[in-house]
Amino acid sequence: MTEPPSDTPLQRTPLYDLHRALGGKLVPFAGYEMPVRYPAGILAEHLHCREGAALFDVSHMGQVTLTGDGAAAALETLVPGDIAGLAAGRTRYTMFTDEQAGILDDLMVTNAGDHLFLVVNAGCKKDDFAHLQKHLGSRLKIQEHADRALLALQGPQAAAVVAKLAPETAAMKFMSFGQATLGGVACWLTRSGYTGEDGFEISCPADQAEKLAKLLLGQPGVKPAGLGARDSLRLEAGLCLYGHDIDRSTTPVEADLTWAIGKRRREQGGYPGAEIIARQLREGPSRKRVGIRPEGRAPAREQTPIVSTDGASFGMVTSGGYGPSVGGPIAMGYVAATSAKPGTPLNLVVRGKPLPAKVASMPFVPHRYHRG
Amino acid sequence: MAETRYSKEHEWIRLDGEVATVGISDYAQSQLGDIVFVEVPEKGRKLTKGGEAAVVESVKAASEVYAPVSGEVTEGNAALTANPALVNSAAQGDGWFFRMKVANKAELAELMDEAAYQAYIKGLG
Repeated sequence: MTEPPSDTPLQRTPLYDLHRALGGKLVPFAGYEMPVRYPAGILAEHLHCREGAALFDVSHMGQVTLTGDGAAAALETLVPGDIAGLAAGRTRYTMFTDEQAGILDDLMVTNAGDHLFLVVNAGCKKDDFAHLQKHLGSRLKIQEHADRALLALQGPQAAAVVAKLAPETAAMKFMSFGQATLGGVACWLTRSGYTGEDGFEISCPADQAEKLAKLLLGQPGVKPAGLGARDSLRLEAGLCLYGHDIDRSTTPVEADLTWAIGKRRREQGGYPGAEIIARQLREGPSRKRVGIRPEGRAPAREQTPIVSTDGASFGMVTSGGYGPSVGGPIAMGYVAATSAKPGTPLNLVVRGKPLPAKVASMPFVPHRYHRG
Repeated sequence: MAETRYSKEHEWIRLDGEVATVGISDYAQSQLGDIVFVEVPEKGRKLTKGGEAAVVESVKAASEVYAPVSGEVTEGNAALTANPALVNSAAQGDGWFFRMKVANKAELAELMDEAAYQAYIKGLG
C-alpha cells in the first residue's frame, strides 16, 4: 500500500494534525499522507475493530454528487449496477467499466433522494471525475466534494456509539443512507464499510471533521485504526482493493463480482463492455478471483506466483498477508476457472520455494453486517 | 558481557567465544510493527556479510535480514517459528534469529558500537 516517493507534494486530510497528535505513523498513500498505524499497532487495531469500534480516516476518498433528471439512468451508461432500481435511501456497490469490460474503479452509489452520492477510490478520483464530466457533464450537475471529510466507524460497537449521538440512526440497515447531526455536525451516513463488520461511513464538512473525530474517539470502546488494519480487515472480509485485486485488466466476472451486476442490466446491457460481460456470464470466464489459504505459516504477498500442483503457471496473488483474526496467512488471487473450486490444492512460490496452499471460500472471516 | 555491535541494516550481533548471536535491533522491530512470521537459516548454511540470511514479516510486509558478518550458521532460533512476536517483545534477547561461527572476527570491528548505532538511528529521524 505504500508507494515510492514522487516529486508531487503529498496532500493532507483534515485530520492530519489529529493523526500526528495520536502518534500515527504517516506514509504516502494515493497521493496523501495517511496513518498506516497508531502506537497500538496494526494487529491490535485490527482485533479491536472486530470486537469494539475502530475509527478510520478515509477522507482521501472521492465524494461526488450527481444531480439532475434521469441521474440514475445516466449513471447506468457507465456502470453495470442496477442504479435505476436503487430505492431512495439505499446504497449499492458497483464499478466503472471500460469498453473491454475492464474495471476503471469500484465505487459506492447512494440514492440520496434528489441526487446520487458516489464514493470513489482516492487513487482514481481525478480520472473518475473527468470520466463523469465527459460522459454525463452535459446532462447532470456533477459536484466533487473536496470540502468534505469521510470517517469510517467500524465494528460491533459502532452502531451503539452512533446511536447514542443520533438515536434515529439505530433504524438504519446495512447499505442504507441517512442524514443526522452528530454532536452538532451535520453528517451524511451510510451503514456500510470495508471491514466486514457492521458500522458507518460518515461524511461531514472538512472544517468539522476534527471535532467529529474527537467526539467519536471520546466514546467508550472507540479507538483509532490506520490503513494497515483497514487492509487486513478488508482482506479477511474478501473485499477487493482497487489497483491490486481489480483493475483495467480484470472484468467484474473474472473478479467474482457478478453479484453486483443487476439482473435487468445483464439482459439489457447498455454500459461499457456489456457484450464481453454477457459472453463471460454465458460461457464462464477463463480465470477467476479466489481466496487462498497457505497451509504453512509463511504469508504469500501480492505478486507471489500461483502454480498448479503439476507446476503449470496459474496467475498471481493480488493481495496477501497475515489475517490477525484468522490467525494465519490468507491471500486472494486469480486462478484458472477450472481450478477455482474451494479445496483445490495449488502452490504459492514464495522466495523461490513452492509452498502448499488451497483455494478457500471467502470471506475468511464471516461478515457481520446489520441486515435488520 | 560481550559487546553488541550493529549493522546499518539494523541487525545486532554479539560474539561469545567463537559463536555469535544475531538478531534485529529493538529500533528495527519498532519500525516493522507486529511480527507475524520469521524464517531463520538452517544449521550449516554459509552466510556472506551483507547477504540474505533470514526473513521477518510484519502484518504489512516482508523484510530481509542480512548477515552482519560472514560465517556458518550453527543454530536458528526455533522458538520464533511458534512465537514470532518474541521479536517484538525481546528483539535483543529471546527474539534472536540465529547463531553463527564467525569466519573473520575483524569484520565485527567494521560494525557500529552501541553509541554509534544510537547516533545512527537518531539521524534517521
